Amino acid sequence: MIKNKETYRQQKKVQNSIFTFLAFAFFIFSMLQLNIVPERIVRSIERLGYIFGNMFPPVTNEPVSLFTAAIESIQVAILGTILGVIISLFLAVLAAKNLTISPYLGYAIKGFAGFVRAVPALIWALLFIVAVGLGPTPGILALAINSIGMLVKVYGEALEEIDMGIVEALESAGASKVQVILQGVFPSVMKAFTAWSLFRLDVNIRYSAILGVVGAGGIGWELMKAAQMSRYDEALMVTIVIFGMVMSAEVLSEYMKKRANAASAQALN
Amino acid sequence: MMETILEIRQLKKTYPDGTEALKNINLSIKRGEFIVIIGPSGAGKSTFLRSINRLSEPTSGEIIFHGEDIVKANRAKLRKMRRNIGMIFQGFNLVKRLPTVRNVLHGKLGYMSTWKGALGLFNQEEVEEALSILERVGLEDQAFKRADELSGGQQQRVAIARAINQSPSIILADEPIASLDPNSSRVVMDYLQKACQEEGFTTIVNLHQVDFAKEYADRIVGIKNGEIYFDGPVKELSDDVIQSIYAKGKEAMPV
Repeated sequence: MIKNKETYRQQKKVQNSIFTFLAFAFFIFSMLQLNIVPERIVRSIERLGYIFGNMFPPVTNEPVSLFTAAIESIQVAILGTILGVIISLFLAVLAAKNLTISPYLGYAIKGFAGFVRAVPALIWALLFIVAVGLGPTPGILALAINSIGMLVKVYGEALEEIDMGIVEALESAGASKVQVILQGVFPSVMKAFTAWSLFRLDVNIRYSAILGVVGAGGIGWELMKAAQMSRYDEALMVTIVIFGMVMSAEVLSEYMKKRANAASAQALN
Repeated sequence: MMETILEIRQLKKTYPDGTEALKNINLSIKRGEFIVIIGPSGAGKSTFLRSINRLSEPTSGEIIFHGEDIVKANRAKLRKMRRNIGMIFQGFNLVKRLPTVRNVLHGKLGYMSTWKGALGLFNQEEVEEALSILERVGLEDQAFKRADELSGGQQQRVAIARAINQSPSIILADEPIASLDPNSSRVVMDYLQKACQEEGFTTIVNLHQVDFAKEYADRIVGIKNGEIYFDGPVKELSDDVIQSIYAKGKEAMPV
């Protein structure tokens, strides 16, 4: 028995050292393959210093267009989220195995959501730019479809956890399927749905800042322009605005979550 | 002689795994009767009650309600017939996060157009009616509280109010007091009895407390192993019968 334990421990040790060696070898191989040699790193530090030097003080030559671009990003995020939420509500009901009209349809929707989720928002934006042209529309569509990927999953999970007694009670009163879902099921999961939707809005505001880089509307485009013209001071200003946007989105969604919780806590007293 | 409101013939229910929950149930129920079904757990009481409004689909048999067979009804027809059958559950099954009065209003969903009902567009009249029903179960003060702020016994009274609001002719109650303390159990049973007497509802209640059954029932039906083992007025339910209903195994003692 004890002997077995010893050999097992030794085996484990050998295994571990093999894995460590392989990981290290892969790291070195990747460095060489990607041409990351120490002198290049040293040189890039020099360049970084130059860029940083040119970043300060941050300026903007077009405060109005920067402001409009920031607002546009937020609009893209909000519209994308709303569109995503509405479509996800429909799909999640059909995907949840306790509410769906056919289990196969449920699997199909879950599979679709999984696929949509796996493709990054940026790729969706590129696809939609090809389809509908530059501007905020492809951004909205990209965020909507990317949101659907996540929201169908989390909404569906919330729906699958509901107390089916509510469904039975309303059905036994002669309520139709739509009535059961809107009057019984949704009120029961509203808290989870609100929390997830706010979380998604937060994520979408971050994404919407990036989407402009590929031309899908918003502030990302300003960053791209400044960087391409080597106007690092302007780039920094755009970055600061993005930072402000993302921070205020987080503060706002925290506040709304707290308010939602406070409302339900108040109802309990 | 009162008219027969519910006629159950050769009702059978076999679960996919082969369990025969209901073997051959024949029962005739008259308008206004207060029937209590007793029997050991797993005997098929709950399956029987849930078969009546097809929350549990019967395998075969007939359930004639107001002259029509519920078992044969299609979805739309079933919805219409269910409006006439109020149901009360062991777990109350209220929408906990909605106000009490809204839960009572849910009893009206079967009478509303799909979208009006789905969006909860109840009119003034309907709200006032719901409030007056809440008053009748002694909960007018709780009307605008969330359902989950109420105690278990109060929640069950809300469920009774919801069933009353359906204006049904039959009420089915599946172990309505199984998760309540003795005190609230009595209050709930009293309100259920009162409502049924006032409105003339025919009532079928599953209970596992024999003393409660004897106290409230006009007629007692004992179910054992998926079959009717006893059917008669309370005074015929002797201790021997009770014992053999709840005894394990199958002693031969037909009705």
